[in-house]
Amino acid sequence: MDYIYQVRLTTHISSAIGSLTHALLQNARCYSVSHLSVQERIEQKRKAALTGGGQLRIAAQHKRGKLTARERLELLLDPDSFVEYDMFVEHRCSDFGMEADHNKYPGDSVVTGQGRINGRLVYVFSQDFTVFGGSLSGAHAQKICKIMDQAMMVGAPVIGLNDSGGARIQEGVESLAGYADIFLRNVMASGVVPQISLIMGPCAGGAVYSPALTDFTFMVKDTSYLFITGPDVVKSVTNEDVTQEELGGAKTHTTVSGVAHRAFENDIDALLNLRNFFNFLPLSNKDPAPVTECHDPRDRLVPGLDTIVPFESTKAYDMLDIVHGIVDEREFFEIMPNYAKNIVVGFARMNGRTVGIVGNQPKVASGCLDINSSVKGARFVRFCDAFNIPIITFVDVPGFLPGTAQEYGGIIRHGAKLLYAFAEATVPKITVITRKAYGGAYDVMSSKHLRGDVNYAWPSAEVAVMGAKGAVQIIFRGKENQAEAEAEYVEKFANPFPAAVRGFVDDIIQPSTTRKRICRDLEVLASKKQTNPWKKHANIPL
Amino acid sequence: MAAYRSAAGFQRVLHAVKHVCFSKQRCGVIICRYSTVYDPTEKTFDKILIANRGEIACRVIKTCKKMGIKTVAVHSDVDSSAVHVKMADEAVCVGPAPTNKSYLNMDAIMNAIKQTGAQAVHPGYGFLSENKQFAKRLAAEGVSFIGPDTHAIQAMGDKIESKLIAKAAKVNTIPGFDGVVKDAEEAVKIAGEIGYPVMIKASAGGGGKGMRIAWNDEETREGFRFSSQEAASSFGDDRLLIEKFIDNPRHIEIQVLADKHGNALWLNERECSIQRRNQKVVEEAPSTFLDPDTRRAMGEQAVSLAKAVKYSSAGTVEFLVDSKKNFYFLEMNTRLQVEHPITECITGLDLVQQMIRIAMGYKLQHKQSDIPINGWAIESRVYAEDPYKSFGLPSIGRLSQYQEPLDLRNVRVDSGIEEGSDISIYYDPMISKLVTYGKTREEALKKMEEALDNYVIRGVTHNIPLLREIIVHPRFVSGDISTKFLPEVYPDGFKGHMLTAGERRELLATAAALYVAAQLRSQKFLGDLRVSVVPAESRQWELCVELDKGVHMLGVSRSGNNYTVEIDGEKVEVSGEWNLASALLPLTINGKHRTLQCLLRTAAGEITLQYLGTSFKLRVLSKLAASLSKHMPEKVPEDTSSILRSPMPGSVVAVSVKPGDNVAEGQEICVIEAMKMQNSMTAAKAAKVSSLTHIHKLIHNPPRYSVHHKSI
Repeated sequence: MDYIYQVRLTTHISSAIGSLTHALLQNARCYSVSHLSVQERIEQKRKAALTGGGQLRIAAQHKRGKLTARERLELLLDPDSFVEYDMFVEHRCSDFGMEADHNKYPGDSVVTGQGRINGRLVYVFSQDFTVFGGSLSGAHAQKICKIMDQAMMVGAPVIGLNDSGGARIQEGVESLAGYADIFLRNVMASGVVPQISLIMGPCAGGAVYSPALTDFTFMVKDTSYLFITGPDVVKSVTNEDVTQEELGGAKTHTTVSGVAHRAFENDIDALLNLRNFFNFLPLSNKDPAPVTECHDPRDRLVPGLDTIVPFESTKAYDMLDIVHGIVDEREFFEIMPNYAKNIVVGFARMNGRTVGIVGNQPKVASGCLDINSSVKGARFVRFCDAFNIPIITFVDVPGFLPGTAQEYGGIIRHGAKLLYAFAEATVPKITVITRKAYGGAYDVMSSKHLRGDVNYAWPSAEVAVMGAKGAVQIIFRGKENQAEAEAEYVEKFANPFPAAVRGFVDDIIQPSTTRKRICRDLEVLASKKQTNPWKKHANIPL
Repeated sequence: MAAYRSAAGFQRVLHAVKHVCFSKQRCGVIICRYSTVYDPTEKTFDKILIANRGEIACRVIKTCKKMGIKTVAVHSDVDSSAVHVKMADEAVCVGPAPTNKSYLNMDAIMNAIKQTGAQAVHPGYGFLSENKQFAKRLAAEGVSFIGPDTHAIQAMGDKIESKLIAKAAKVNTIPGFDGVVKDAEEAVKIAGEIGYPVMIKASAGGGGKGMRIAWNDEETREGFRFSSQEAASSFGDDRLLIEKFIDNPRHIEIQVLADKHGNALWLNERECSIQRRNQKVVEEAPSTFLDPDTRRAMGEQAVSLAKAVKYSSAGTVEFLVDSKKNFYFLEMNTRLQVEHPITECITGLDLVQQMIRIAMGYKLQHKQSDIPINGWAIESRVYAEDPYKSFGLPSIGRLSQYQEPLDLRNVRVDSGIEEGSDISIYYDPMISKLVTYGKTREEALKKMEEALDNYVIRGVTHNIPLLREIIVHPRFVSGDISTKFLPEVYPDGFKGHMLTAGERRELLATAAALYVAAQLRSQKFLGDLRVSVVPAESRQWELCVELDKGVHMLGVSRSGNNYTVEIDGEKVEVSGEWNLASALLPLTINGKHRTLQCLLRTAAGEITLQYLGTSFKLRVLSKLAASLSKHMPEKVPEDTSSILRSPMPGSVVAVSVKPGDNVAEGQEICVIEAMKMQNSMTAAKAAKVSSLTHIHKLIHNPPRYSVHHKSI
């Protein structure tokens, strides 16, 4: 602390002396003296920038169980790969004493630049909570905008590490303008380069909309919060007692609201996982899905899949068992694992190539589609489509969830999102019907009719308008011998043939061969070219 | 409707089966050192029904196929895609999952026999194998029972009667009470007369079920209660008997083979002393303990007992052998034993084939002098159970990955499961019998180490850690064993392999090398790249590896696939293929060949390695990440002191408390039955029972049964 204080003090004095000297000797053009002092000032500014808000605040940050902005970048990026921008930028506020030198920090409250993750280029910003609580000044926003603009031009993803108390209140509208500048760039970059937000501290008020606009929002458990208004305001406005954690903690957003896509134990865990996640993504929409070295044989048979679907069609099984069995090395990066668990989405690799996996989860709510699962699935499918990631869909869906809660909530328009997303997607689409594909949900789940490239059925597949019991009650309303009719319906429809004879599935495959088939198809479909009609933009039912 | 659905489902299986090609792995049995000498001119059955499931059903089918006999499998509905069903030529569903509705359902099995026209039934072990009613019903229908006749089953199946017959046949027997014990109080009285310790066991029992040892009056009462309950549920017969418990004995059994013409042979012994809860874990043949004279004496007594009951078929006479090589008759098992493969390994006989021949009425092919002891065979029973809890409490789950070490020579694996199979609460949790063979015991044991290291089981907790420790334990290796081996060697329970300093370094070095190999691979992107990849150039890594709360700084350097890891000034060389997709990690560590398994590898540096059988959790971090770790908040684990968790999935068979009761610490709350074993659940602290609303009939994995009780 003493050291820092001294540094700041010296900076102070030397800068004062520096400007004096500069003014006095401007006409004398005494190059040697001014050169020396500039060199010194550079060093001192750099030193100051590296310690952010000072050792005291760093200690406080550590005490909260959080790392500093720079420590986080060091962990996130490959060693020695970080190239910093705007280390000398300072805020420009002159109100409320902010113009005082001790209120100026080189670099202000954010660290920006570019670096490498496993050798691949990425643009990053990391908000520094030790400087004015990481609050967003005009300069702070400008720094973020600069790297975002460059990321767009170069075609590389942007990762934001958020740890900010909110707007720099002293700056007023300039801070708000800064937010809007970032929001605009988030929107412009959407679908051009992947954008990832990792919330590592508070993120409140208008600030939340930047993460909300990015492709993925991850959180750190217990130390990060996302909310429009904090517990105090909530209490005064609605008289509702709620803690920060309940209102906007990682658990809330990964299980209830669906705002965050995943939560990690702590800063280190989060950053290491983010490095791993980054490897799944292409750098931009101009790049194909990345292919990494793979040790898992592409033609590996998965014998366990032949027995995974239970014979009782009412019995559940875990769709994740199928996913883990089929993908490379059983590695599946699940997105939103604790939200709308009746659908499973996430990234995996097939023969080294990134794929997006969508699967109904029979273990939860029979794998039905409801509002939350439709929205979860739709957003994931659109991300994959935007970034050239092939989509593999595993279907076991009994239909859309009926009831007033769903109808009042707008299942019609929300369900339409998933339908829309699958229909508009032009990336390779491979679908495997493992068991039930009933009703409208059959159409929705990447069916042949929505331009599925390869659609398979397992021998256990049942493609029908509805289950036998319901169907018979309608067809033979009030008639006797319902059991017999039901048997006939099962015989006719509870198998893959009705769909196969019409070409709605391309083949009926032995489950154990699924990996082999998909790997082969992906090779072929790698050169798939498909475009949608020109339009300014489509109108997805939001 | 339900019936129709399952029938339709079954059609689907049959359809699917046609497309399945049976590889060696699927069948699960590799014949190791026994031969089915099949004489095609010798007439045999056309079709045999196997009234069993799992590995033993597969084992029987295997021999039937060689002998050209068609096979019929029976199965419960949850077993409809089980391996034995796929292997058999025909399969019949005999009922729902619970054994008393399917595999013990005589009516359904009799129907299956009629329906398929099977001429004979092989009962395997357990289930109906020693059920005289079943044998009678088969006889009434003119169907051959591949086993002894009803008289022998009845005589030997009843422990009281069998003891009397044994005595008459001049077989050494244990002192005890030769009658049925009426109640707990009579049990205490008799126990007092014989003298403690005593053994309380089910008259109809076998396999350690319904068996309790008591050292005092209280334990006798409790043991009586448990044994009669278990006996009732396992055998439908709650008669109990009591005898002197021979402390610290060996359990050695003699395999006999007898035909219907009065000929009988003894096929040497099996040493089965390594047991937990009276169930065998590791068996071997021959025994290190027997000298030729004792062996012959035991063999001759076994044969004389077999002849005394006019025994035919394969059978086993179990003896307790004390430290002075006195042996006492324990019981005779009138069926094929679980551990029969080790006898097959050293004698070269196919016991199933012999049983089938005998059932056809043929005379024995061999004379006593033809029976050799060739080499040494060890069998490890691989169970789906947690060895860290009472040497093994059942666990359930789906075998997400499963790979038997069949590419090793002299290894035989008898199993009835495959990748994707479910280990359910309904049946025995045995995964397989892993048998290794060698010219000498040492060779067989070495092979067993290798086989256990190369055995891949994922998705269920298994007992390989325990098996791997037993076979290398100095006492076991020297042959100094008894039935109390496990509690004596691990008085505080099994804790896994204890690493030596050198082994610890090997493990740390492997984790570090694996970490670096994975890191390097994650920088390898293929194809044309618009933006070039600039991998971090490094030949040196400084890593921090955590293991059991110990933190080690390691220096790693690499050249090709070889890693040199420096730990506390010592160098460890690790090299291998580093195939990160493979379940097995064959490595050379400081010149020694070792096979490890990587069970988990996460982005956050967690690595779980199975090393020397035991799985170890490690965490590998860069020096930077490790130095920053100190700032990470400690997460407080959930307080579970007021939650009573079932140690395994099972069903609640009795609840011993009611709302309002005050329970003392250690008092029984309820009894959980799983895999036919009853386990008393006791309170962890004194409390008052507020309600019992959370008790469900069945407990599935993860165990979530909980009784909440408030502290007083």
